[in-house]
Amino acid sequence: MNAVTVAGVCKYFGDFPALRGVSLDVEPGSALALLGRNGAGKTTLLRILAGLSHPSEGNVLLFGKPTRDAASRSRIGLLGHGIGVYDELSAVENLRLFARLYRLPDPDRVAAAWLERTSLDRVQDSLVREFSRGMRQRLAVARAFLHSPSLLLLDEPFTSLDDRAIALLQSLLSSALSQGATVIMSTHQLREAMEISTHVALLSRGRLAHAGPRPPEMLADPAWLYRTYGEA
Amino acid sequence: MTGFLTIAAKDLRSELRTKESVNAALSFAVVILVLFSFAMDPTSEQMAEISGGLLWLDFAFAGALILNRSFARELPNDCLDTLVASPVSGAALFLGKALANFVMLLAVELISLPVFGILYGMDWTRRLPHLLAVLVLATWGITVIGTVFSALTVNLRLRELMLPTLIYPMMIPALMAAMRLTTLLISGEGVSGDDWIWFRLLAGFDIIFTALALGLVDFVLLG
Repeated sequence: MNAVTVAGVCKYFGDFPALRGVSLDVEPGSALALLGRNGAGKTTLLRILAGLSHPSEGNVLLFGKPTRDAASRSRIGLLGHGIGVYDELSAVENLRLFARLYRLPDPDRVAAAWLERTSLDRVQDSLVREFSRGMRQRLAVARAFLHSPSLLLLDEPFTSLDDRAIALLQSLLSSALSQGATVIMSTHQLREAMEISTHVALLSRGRLAHAGPRPPEMLADPAWLYRTYGEA
Repeated sequence: MTGFLTIAAKDLRSELRTKESVNAALSFAVVILVLFSFAMDPTSEQMAEISGGLLWLDFAFAGALILNRSFARELPNDCLDTLVASPVSGAALFLGKALANFVMLLAVELISLPVFGILYGMDWTRRLPHLLAVLVLATWGITVIGTVFSALTVNLRLRELMLPTLIYPMMIPALMAAMRLTTLLISGEGVSGDDWIWFRLLAGFDIIFTALALGLVDFVLLG
């Protein structure tokens, strides 16, 4: 059973086709780098996978189940453009909240463990609005990973991260992959993506231009895919 | 479905920290009562006749300030996406927010009632148990309508205008019943005979619109 099955997905915003007949299978335990220029449809596809949007046509299954199934959603870790935590709550309150929403046993212990792992334990009772940008990013990472998701959906995760947060995220991604998680990551940071990705998919104007195992050429030349499949 | 308590607790904790919604709603409610006290003779015998209408218009207008913030508070940092992507069901998300809104609006009403009593010289405690029942039923009805439309209008640029425009016509049956019952109770008359139909109207309104909201909330959130 594939971790993700995308079958003939189209998405229209009015008359504008954001996605056009995208079909894609992602195997469990793989790390897919979802590439494409701005406006190619990466975020639209990720939002559909996360169950935040319905496709206009086609079908999406996560581990064989519909995206809006509660069992599917409990297995997803989402790191989108926003940090997804509340400014008026403290760090520990935020993590406890999400631990409860994901029905984790002992939310207090889980929150404390992740605050220590992301070096936020000394500011756990401070409100997020008082945090620096780097601290907010690390809290967002903690929030996305704390329920040990089987499927990580990351929308340009390395954008605007500081070095400490990048190192943390790369470490967590490696650890998750080694434990069998599946990662789908849209990114413009090709070098960081090539370090962990096993597969690549290139979207071009809503269509899937290429999908498959990461070509060895991309290790030396991350932009190879764009040139080869027409997106120079 | 226990996620709804987590959502409600989160909203109430946020509101206790920021006091954005309740302060604005309470200030607005009190100002309306004060302004009307200048516009009308507060000792007028007609005050008892219009007390229900005045109070529930006051609560409905002030309530819009709370309801507008309900889903709007999820927009910063894309928290709404995070909530919708989590395992909590749309129904639990709606119920949690409705419960929090209900508590906040009820608090505003319970503080406004003594202010009303002082400004207009009305003894509103004569039929207190029945009055509290009206408050609870009508406030829940207002909250249910307002919360689902708050979700519907959350991404609109003009949501502060659209929300009141959409919810007030929907609230008319509940407001009519609440106004009628409140007038009866504040004037000291009991609820008897045909007047019980207003209680049944409120209860039926609450049940029907709560069921509709629970059934439609996923469509409202995701389209």
